[in-house]
Amino acid sequence: MSNWDWEVFFDAFPMIIQGLGITVGLTIACYIFALIFGFFWTVADRIPIKPIHWVIRWIMEFIRSTPPLVQLFFIFYAWPVVPYVGVALDPFTSAVIGLGLHYSTYISEVYRSGIEGVAPGQWEASTALNLSTKQKWMKVILPQAIPPTIPMLGNYLIIMFKEVPLASTIGVVGILHLANDYGAQYWRYLEPLTIVAILFLVLSYPSAILINKLEKKMNQRFNKKDVLEETKGAAI
Amino acid sequence: MISTLIDTIIDVFPILMKGMKITIVVLVLSSIFAYLFAFIAGLCRMSQNVLLRKFTGFYVEVFRGTSLIVQLFWLYYAIPMLFGFDLGSDMLAGVLAIALNYGAYMSEIVRGSILSVAEGQTEAATALNMSRFQRMRLVILPQAIRMMLPEFGNYLILMLKSTSLVALIGMTDILYYGNILRGGNISQGPTIYLLVLVFYFILALPLIALTKKLEKMSKKGVAVQ
Repeated sequence: MSNWDWEVFFDAFPMIIQGLGITVGLTIACYIFALIFGFFWTVADRIPIKPIHWVIRWIMEFIRSTPPLVQLFFIFYAWPVVPYVGVALDPFTSAVIGLGLHYSTYISEVYRSGIEGVAPGQWEASTALNLSTKQKWMKVILPQAIPPTIPMLGNYLIIMFKEVPLASTIGVVGILHLANDYGAQYWRYLEPLTIVAILFLVLSYPSAILINKLEKKMNQRFNKKDVLEETKGAAI
Repeated sequence: MISTLIDTIIDVFPILMKGMKITIVVLVLSSIFAYLFAFIAGLCRMSQNVLLRKFTGFYVEVFRGTSLIVQLFWLYYAIPMLFGFDLGSDMLAGVLAIALNYGAYMSEIVRGSILSVAEGQTEAATALNMSRFQRMRLVILPQAIRMMLPEFGNYLILMLKSTSLVALIGMTDILYYGNILRGGNISQGPTIYLLVLVFYFILALPLIALTKKLEKMSKKGVAVQ
């Protein structure tokens, strides 16, 4: 540990922490983009026309199984020179679209699992009660589909936070970018990069514990409710 | 326009193929080590030794709590400064970063699967006078590994995607050559990066098929609860 220098540590810390706002802001922006776009994938995936369904599935699979880093480079470096539709985007917007799009395919799977988790009897009951499509979704399916997905969605927020430093490669000035700048300027990488690691750990570890607790609570609540419902049915 | 596009693809294809080798080597090495770390860490976290348990817990939480890209840079730039020696090569830094990161994630799967093997199995094995080691090797692990397989397949695809990060530390993988090609001819950028993406997708396809197969395998012959 002879090469560790506390002076460098305290010199770099205030500089790097300035990027925390950008990093957290980008996380939230990417996350909202992914939540909204994931919804579109879920809807598009339910189109009952076979060829369209097929194309959508393959596009999703393509986005999901190729590296987000390459997707970022494509959007930032290559998109501006695409004929007719290309526009130059600033690094932040590129990162929101790139990472948001990548994770929207994962989020859409979460939505799908939520919808498919609703018992088939619920669908049949809605049909038997002659509910309209809107009533069926708003009153029966979604209220049951959304709550179980909340912990999973929370997990993706943490995953997103840890993926956001990828955006430093296209010039988003978050904490990793500032640490690299510091390293390049003074040729000290050890302390700045350690600061970045500590900041990530300090922010993501407690959130992970929180999500875990939430998940346990959710499970408890829903299991209890099920039991309650069953006993009710038996009494009648 | 179509003909220039085809010309570009014909020009670019063999150069990207050169990077394929490094991508595959990094994927194979890092996945082998990641599975190894996952088993070691997963088993150590259930050890009776408190110190060992705490230490592995620390490793898992640190590597799960920070980004892979930060870990990679840390191993590549910071380790030589901290200890005054190089890791020797960028290959070692790249493979180690990916393996340590995904090993930490997968150790949780190893632990979870072992814990979810029904308790009666352990009791039955004890009743048959098996030693702790025999119990694990002959009774628990064969059932637990089956549960791990689908997740292991998923993580293999994630590891393939993360191999693209090694281009950032100067390794000559697919993305590295893609970046160089784009630097040479900016107007061809879209074709080049799309082709890079297609390369990764082609590598991912067998892994996706494998994961689906593993899912089927893990379900086969198991009573639905």
